[in-house]
Amino acid sequence: MPPEERTASEKADFKRELTDVVPHLRAFARGLCGRADMADDLVQETLLKAWAAQERFQPGTSMRAWTFVILRNAYLTDMRRNRFRGEYDETVAERVLTAPAGQEEPIHLSDMHRALLTLPPERREALLLVGAGGFSYEEAATICDCAVGTIKSRVGRARAALNAMLADGNIPKRSIGDDAAHRAILEELDDVAAGQGSSRS
Amino acid sequence: MTSHTPRNPQRQPASGSPAASSGSGKEKDPDWANGLKQLYDSVVEEPLPDSFQDLIDKLDSNS
Repeated sequence: MPPEERTASEKADFKRELTDVVPHLRAFARGLCGRADMADDLVQETLLKAWAAQERFQPGTSMRAWTFVILRNAYLTDMRRNRFRGEYDETVAERVLTAPAGQEEPIHLSDMHRALLTLPPERREALLLVGAGGFSYEEAATICDCAVGTIKSRVGRARAALNAMLADGNIPKRSIGDDAAHRAILEELDDVAAGQGSSRS
Repeated sequence: MTSHTPRNPQRQPASGSPAASSGSGKEKDPDWANGLKQLYDSVVEEPLPDSFQDLIDKLDSNS
């Protein structure tokens, strides 16, 4: 079915839904790339792309899932262009640290965020989608364009890695501080990108 | 009966955690799992910078 030009009312609906998901896009982007300013750049890029592609959005389906796909693809593209190094934003996590109340010994969210950023990107995004964003495995698989079993495996590995790091207190100071690590991540990104269809269409 | 998480006093977090319902209760979430949600939710709840509303307002005029 060829896409049709949207009416003014449909565009208004689209825009409202798009506006509603911006906070979620920011949260997902922040988890992916770790730095607030870069994350927000990524969200702005996503909004522009989503608007330009609005004919492909099926009204009634999840705007959050649809825009997450766009954001994810933009992130992968930018990451491969070396724009993001997954640097850790200390100020964000410190602010978050004040959040929990009534807990004896809260996990230090700054540690958690740093540990999260050490994960390979495809595991990090899987854990973010399922563990933080509340998506089902099936929805996460759709967003990442992979099999449900693959998502389950990635989430499982991510959880195991975080368990190990957080239980032992063995968290790297800098997540992607050296060239070797960064290169390894880029190679993994190639694998991730190769597993999906064209990211531009 | 040895403790498998020596660092944690196995104390329940004070009740009333808003994000406690995880749907699948098969396995106990580790302590950091709630932190992951907090990290995400804390960004969701941040006031939106003006730049986003500005950009959204401009979308129409560009088309």
